Amino acid sequence: MEEIILEAQNLTVYYDGRPAIEEVNLRIPRRRITAIIGPSGCGKSTLLRCFNRMNDLIPSARVEGKVLFEGVNIYTPDVDVVEVRRRIGMVFQKPNPFPKSIYENVAFGPRIHGVRDRRKLDEIVERCLRAAALWDEVKDKLHQNALTLSGGQQQRLCIARALATEPEVLLMDEPASSLDPIATMKIEDLMRELTREYTIVIVTHNMQQAARVSDYTVFMLAGEERVGRLIEFGPTQQIFTRPRDRRTEDYITGRFG
Amino acid sequence: MELTTRPVALITRARLQRGIAAQWREWGELAIQSLLFFAAMISVFTTIGIVIVLLVEALPFFQQVSLVEFLTDTQWTPLFAQKHFGIAPLLAGTLLTSAVALALAIPVGLLSAIYLSEYAPARVRAIIKPILEILAGIPTVVYGYFALLFVTPLLKRVIPNLETFNALSAGLTMGIMIIPLVSSLSEDALYAVPNSLREAAYALGATRLEVALRVAVPAALSGIVASFILAASRAIGETMIVAIAAGQRPILTLDPRRAIETMTAYIVQVSLGDTPHGTLEFRTIFAVGLVLFLFTLALNMIAIRIIQRYREVYR
Repeated sequence: MEEIILEAQNLTVYYDGRPAIEEVNLRIPRRRITAIIGPSGCGKSTLLRCFNRMNDLIPSARVEGKVLFEGVNIYTPDVDVVEVRRRIGMVFQKPNPFPKSIYENVAFGPRIHGVRDRRKLDEIVERCLRAAALWDEVKDKLHQNALTLSGGQQQRLCIARALATEPEVLLMDEPASSLDPIATMKIEDLMRELTREYTIVIVTHNMQQAARVSDYTVFMLAGEERVGRLIEFGPTQQIFTRPRDRRTEDYITGRFG
Repeated sequence: MELTTRPVALITRARLQRGIAAQWREWGELAIQSLLFFAAMISVFTTIGIVIVLLVEALPFFQQVSLVEFLTDTQWTPLFAQKHFGIAPLLAGTLLTSAVALALAIPVGLLSAIYLSEYAPARVRAIIKPILEILAGIPTVVYGYFALLFVTPLLKRVIPNLETFNALSAGLTMGIMIIPLVSSLSEDALYAVPNSLREAAYALGATRLEVALRVAVPAALSGIVASFILAASRAIGETMIVAIAAGQRPILTLDPRRAIETMTAYIVQVSLGDTPHGTLEFRTIFAVGLVLFLFTLALNMIAIRIIQRYREVYR
């Protein structure tokens, strides 16, 4: 029996009054990797961005339903969105390090959450860079601009930066889609490593990647009216070998998408 | 393997020959190219011409007045019987009015840029931006009278011993004129900061203010600093407002309540006055003009360097 950390209940998201995803119900197990797959435009990213309220930033977006994090609905007015985002970190499709030093990138989160002590910051930076398997490559150039790193290194830096606020969940929006195969492999190895402490939810349009790294898989699909729905959720092995839904099978076997 | 060209029909070969039409086309191209080159060269030649005139006219001045006197004497009285040629009072006047202008324009311009780029809803932005740009289009002579006939009387109510012509009023009005320059250029720099950086900061739990001050502003810093420098260059070169409202009394002071004279206002005074051409008195304006030119040239070059560096950041 898995312990649930995040749960979506009847989640519907509207953009300009039009639903983008509808009635999504999903339970995400703690310290596992859950992959969200599906063709373009099925609302994978929209769903992911509900889990740390990133949709708040889009003025035309409206969210209905509930997202429970540790049993608490994060969409109630008395919830502190800053704390939600600190505890549910996010890594984006394109590496987006700040144009600051490697050190300052990792220290950014702790700093805005009130860590001033230099020694404590040093300790956090080293721990997170080690956790993101980047320490050995950058330990001699911590004060160099992060934009001098390669794409794969930049993405691992972004993971280290997200880890620095001590989150429990990491949301990853196609984190390897702009990287070459070797950098992708490093990110995937890293994800496996991170599940010892963290829960990971990853959006990917790469089915092999979902099959390789995830424990659970969510398949989403948008119909004719372009509203994304959750079609099937289950252990990755089952989804990829014995899907229950015809549409999942069609997608897995490459018949559409 | 042997390679040969396929025999070509005569008619095809004939078509490939340059005919009259092709020659006309080439002449046309050449003519257009020359015209465009000439247009581009006009401003280059003008700039070179100005520098030459400044140097040619300033040189005889410096043969009569030593550079040491010019730079160290604390009085500027070339039009009086007792002649002194120290640039210091004019320089102080220019720096004083510019400092007052920048003290207003930099904070207000930067804050409005941050508001427009980071806070304003698209609709508000669409209204405010054009209004700010209208402010930049008002002729400076209008600003000059605005300073003299509106700002100065207003300030006199608050500051009792304010002189009618004073550096403060001219400086503040100049500041108002420069706000759009600072806000518009700074806003461009802020707007160019990729949204992905803001998202990254929000996802770490940053507030809107933290995103603006710790991510957007630092990422746009070189563009913002460049806008400050261009504003400074504009303030130093501004003529009409200071000529009308700041006075024509070259005294060495940093008290903004007093009447002063800037380098630009002095040049206006002599050019419009009855000082005979070719005299030492008349040549002073070329010496002053040369100093002014060097100042703004240096500032513009620094700004260009900074902007170039900032363009490279996101490549």
